[in-house]
Amino acid sequence: MKFDTPATGNAIDRLTIIGHPVDRIDGPLKTSGRAPYAYEHHAAVPNPAYGVILGAAIATGRIRSIDTAAAEAAPGVLAVITYENAGKIAQPKGPPLALLAGPRVSSYDQAVALVVAESFEEARAATRLIRIDYAREQGRYDLAAEKDAAVMPPSIFGGESDTAVGDFDAAFAAAPVRFDQQYSTPDHSHVMMEPHASLALWEGEALTLWTSSQMIAGARRAMAMLLGLDPQNVRILSPYIGGGFGAKLGVRADALLAAVGARAVGRPVKVALTRPQSINNTTHRPATLQRIRIGATADGRITAIGHEGWSGNLPGGSAEAAVQQTRYLYAGADRMTTTRLAVLDLPEGGAMRAPGEAPGMMALEIAMDEMAERLGLDPIAFRILNDTQVDPENPERPYSLRQLTRCFEEGAAAFGWDRRRAPGAVRDGRWLVGMGVAAAFRNNVPMKSAARVVLNRDGRVTVMTDMTDIGTGSYTIIAQTVAEAMGVPLDSVEVLLGDSRFPVSAGSGGQWGAHNATSGVFAACMKLREDVALKLGFNSAETVFEDGMVRAGNRHVPLAQAAAEGDLTVDDAIEYGDLDKRYQQSTFGAHFVEAAVDAATGEVRVRRMLAVCAAGRILNPKTARSQVIGAMVMGVGAALMEELVVDRRFGFFVNHDLAGYEVPVHADIPHQEVIFLDEVDPISSPMKAKGVGELGICGVGAAVANAIYNACGVRVRDYPITLDKLIGGLPAV
Amino acid sequence: MRTFDYERATSPAAAAARVAGTPGARFIAGGTNLLDLMKLEIETPAHLVDISRLAGLDRIEETPEGGLRIGALVRNSDLAADRRVRRDYAVLARALLAGASGQLRNKATTAGNLLQRTRCPYFYDGNQPCNKRMAGSGCAAIGGFSRNHAVVGASEVCIATHPSDMAVAMRLLDAIVETVRADGSTHAIPVATLLTLPGDTPHVEHGLEPGELITAVTLPPPIGGTHVYRKVRDRSSYAFALIAVGMVVQEDGSGRVALGGVAPRPWRVEDADALLPRGARATVEALLTGAKTTSENAFKLPLVERTLVSALAEVRP
Amino acid sequence: MRHSLALTVNGQDHALELDTRTTLLDALREHLHLTGAKKGCDHGQCGACTVIVEGRRINSCLTLAVMHDGDAITTIEGLGAPGDLHPMQAAFIKHDGYQCGYCTPGQICSAVAALDEIRADMPSHVSPDLDAPATFSGEEIRERMSGNLCRCGAYSNIVDAITDAAEERV
Repeated sequence: MKFDTPATGNAIDRLTIIGHPVDRIDGPLKTSGRAPYAYEHHAAVPNPAYGVILGAAIATGRIRSIDTAAAEAAPGVLAVITYENAGKIAQPKGPPLALLAGPRVSSYDQAVALVVAESFEEARAATRLIRIDYAREQGRYDLAAEKDAAVMPPSIFGGESDTAVGDFDAAFAAAPVRFDQQYSTPDHSHVMMEPHASLALWEGEALTLWTSSQMIAGARRAMAMLLGLDPQNVRILSPYIGGGFGAKLGVRADALLAAVGARAVGRPVKVALTRPQSINNTTHRPATLQRIRIGATADGRITAIGHEGWSGNLPGGSAEAAVQQTRYLYAGADRMTTTRLAVLDLPEGGAMRAPGEAPGMMALEIAMDEMAERLGLDPIAFRILNDTQVDPENPERPYSLRQLTRCFEEGAAAFGWDRRRAPGAVRDGRWLVGMGVAAAFRNNVPMKSAARVVLNRDGRVTVMTDMTDIGTGSYTIIAQTVAEAMGVPLDSVEVLLGDSRFPVSAGSGGQWGAHNATSGVFAACMKLREDVALKLGFNSAETVFEDGMVRAGNRHVPLAQAAAEGDLTVDDAIEYGDLDKRYQQSTFGAHFVEAAVDAATGEVRVRRMLAVCAAGRILNPKTARSQVIGAMVMGVGAALMEELVVDRRFGFFVNHDLAGYEVPVHADIPHQEVIFLDEVDPISSPMKAKGVGELGICGVGAAVANAIYNACGVRVRDYPITLDKLIGGLPAV
Repeated sequence: MRTFDYERATSPAAAAARVAGTPGARFIAGGTNLLDLMKLEIETPAHLVDISRLAGLDRIEETPEGGLRIGALVRNSDLAADRRVRRDYAVLARALLAGASGQLRNKATTAGNLLQRTRCPYFYDGNQPCNKRMAGSGCAAIGGFSRNHAVVGASEVCIATHPSDMAVAMRLLDAIVETVRADGSTHAIPVATLLTLPGDTPHVEHGLEPGELITAVTLPPPIGGTHVYRKVRDRSSYAFALIAVGMVVQEDGSGRVALGGVAPRPWRVEDADALLPRGARATVEALLTGAKTTSENAFKLPLVERTLVSALAEVRP
Repeated sequence: MRHSLALTVNGQDHALELDTRTTLLDALREHLHLTGAKKGCDHGQCGACTVIVEGRRINSCLTLAVMHDGDAITTIEGLGAPGDLHPMQAAFIKHDGYQCGYCTPGQICSAVAALDEIRADMPSHVSPDLDAPATFSGEEIRERMSGNLCRCGAYSNIVDAITDAAEERV
């Protein structure tokens, strides 16, 4: 199905099941511990050997020699794999890091060996018997020190690295009110609860890999490329994924080394990364330095806005596009963004939930709060004043649908924003209490996505796509889409995901999964409806599918009858035209936070949170709400505690476990409210939906920061906002 | 984790003799810290003597003097839930409940909690120099990430803190540790001296003999007063202290105070107790005399004072 | 070194001979193929491995299987199964108290045991009065569940689910 004109009325608009808060269909398996994750396929592979990875002890340098003799002789050990005996492994074009190091070591804890043994305990113990002589070299580990050497990257998000409209410098210089401030965000780790894990099985030249992957087709391509295999000989299976947030977009050392290890020992091998490896061995969200300048008229109209961002990565790595949203979010005739990338020899930077906007909004939305105060305006009023209905860099491009102002207005009413007082004015016992707000913004990305639907003689429909459910609710919304489109009850739909034998979907990332994957399923269903109509002798334009029946006029036939002589199988995909060129497609929201700061200790407690989201049609308000509140939790983490601490001497993240890298716990998170604006965006897709899973994190951190400022009057511009940064500015005790 | 022999102890004295007489032997009870470190090969026992089922060591009993004798194997959760502890030694219950998680408190024991090792991230990373883990290898925390590290009692070769909350309350309450040695003799050691300061030998953390087994911790009779334990940390729960203040204050304003998160052992200076009636500043000055900070942990000094002010305000509204 | 032991898991007796280094978690997952308890950190820092041993929730990653000879263990599989779910499992589904599902078995085991701990008058860090009996509240649940990390951030829904299940039981 080609989607190149805005959607008109379609089968989804019936909303008999789409748009309803349906329980997850994978819930009984997940809550009873019976959903198998990558390391848990005992039924399929009864007797795997265990692989454990040894990571590099240095960040930068070279392996002079490896002595594996003691490890090889250890009890239970079947093989020790290093670069010296692994066989040919291609170097991927995309990520800069070799998944098996040697002799070059380019980052700390990069895999240098895999031990395969009969048991996990034996494999783990034997890794410690490998003796490696390293030649350590001094690397570049300090973003601030490398900032001046940073260069313009080839692109960000596939677009231009720098943008400029009008004459920013002149407009800023001439602005009656000027604001110029610097911000920083630290490195963040995804730390999804399931560390990367893979189970590899060879049958001749054919590899089957159960792995925890967000992108099945990409994993298949990568494994084929790394091992020099025909992609047809690689099967990827990832039915359940214990979270990803971007960490599982590409294959990592567990996948490669499980395959290499299994080939070496002639037996299935499974490998899971340890928690420390998930932090230093895989990707992270890179730290940023940001400078924001805003010029405005005295009455608060932005005339000039500039955002500059710096980040670092290994050679060949990508930049963190923290300036991205500033191109789109607020009006202003003269504007500029620049992105600069430094070379750092730290672990590889990569995408983490809302790359670009997540750290970018953390800075921009503090800046907007600060500028509003300078102008003497309410922060919401200032933002509404500078709302726009067109892409500010290309004013001839309208937004497909933009209800940012409504988000602020509805949120302000629901949250009691009118009770907000001046900084430091509200006290509740030990606590100073304040409110903060921030916009939420994240682009909508159309992406081709395919699916197969099969109708059987019982009237049941099976849908197959290589889409993944990383907690996002894909299983459920895909089932809802089929049920809606084919007019069958939800329990007549079987959803099969995460298998490279299925048609290629958009995959899970960039909040594009839900609307693209369901649009692909919708396309296949529409084609199946045509086949059904043909089979049953209906004029397809007039048929209605509901309650398991196909109707036209006063003739009605059970849907199942169309498959009486055999299954009807249909493949189709959603493919997009240029609507995203003609219209800027984005998702919007407003985050409201009430925070309390202990007047003595500076401890911060988030008391209330509300997000108002405008993201097109909400396919399932229950799972969509969970996506948003989960993102809000991650935003609280980024605001208050999350920071990978760089050891600038040795070049690694020091706090590489879940005790050291603190993420929010239950006690940090209050009851959370989410309001979805009732809207449909017919320009986005036939589902008229957009992404929502990353919108929820964009802006949260700044809303927390602004609430802290409103509570206690201390402005912190370097995240995370820990109490040591507050107590110096708190009232004397 | 290296291989080890495993056996179950039959009595405290036999366990002590077994550990003293077997190279590389260690006791294991709750295991929440020892196993954690064994997985990283920071601890590498060749032989484990499981004392977790020794009879009688899981009881809390009243002493003839009117205090409490807490068996070494009493779980942290049971100790915190004990009605006598909640009533008469509330600072201990509060300290326990501020530590770890429900699951860990269900496993961690009284003696194990006292002897738990530092959470310094460089101690935990076998690729980094650490004088505590490997004597003479250097200290990566000095000049490195030191935000959570000690400001008093540390040395030129180690600035690690003792992570326990419970131990702060035990120190405050003048608790005494009972032990049995390999020869069957029993000994009493004040918590105040059980844990040693690092000096030039940070790998030595206590004065117990090889095989000496803690069998109980005894609390003196209740001292009355208002009990406060204030733990300050980056997240609201399930985190180690940046600093902690344990305090018992009497109606006349006298009292005692001990700190966690600032030193290689629970930190109490008896002379500082006498200054409590004069307020937080004088008390903290005496408590933190000779404090040596890094740029990253200097905030602990004002934080201790502000927290003590706040705690005193809670006690004397 | 190997050692033989017996475990009663979800009411079923198992005789095992294991490497002494095997944790209870790995015994369940790799030897009994009960993979409901998850390995999220293997160091007691996340709670995904929570199971109930002799009536108490513990981190099964931080204890040796051999130390549990003779113990009765309840895992998520023993609480309920699809079609016959435990009320807590059903409440998690109703309130969408999970997303990726990886921390979920630990959250549910922990929640069931945490309610028992309140009933057994065990106080928590946020209990306002230690002399008063332990009581149920949202704040209590948030504190008592803080040993179970959820990176998907389902906390708000999990608290709703536990509250619902607790009310049903009263």
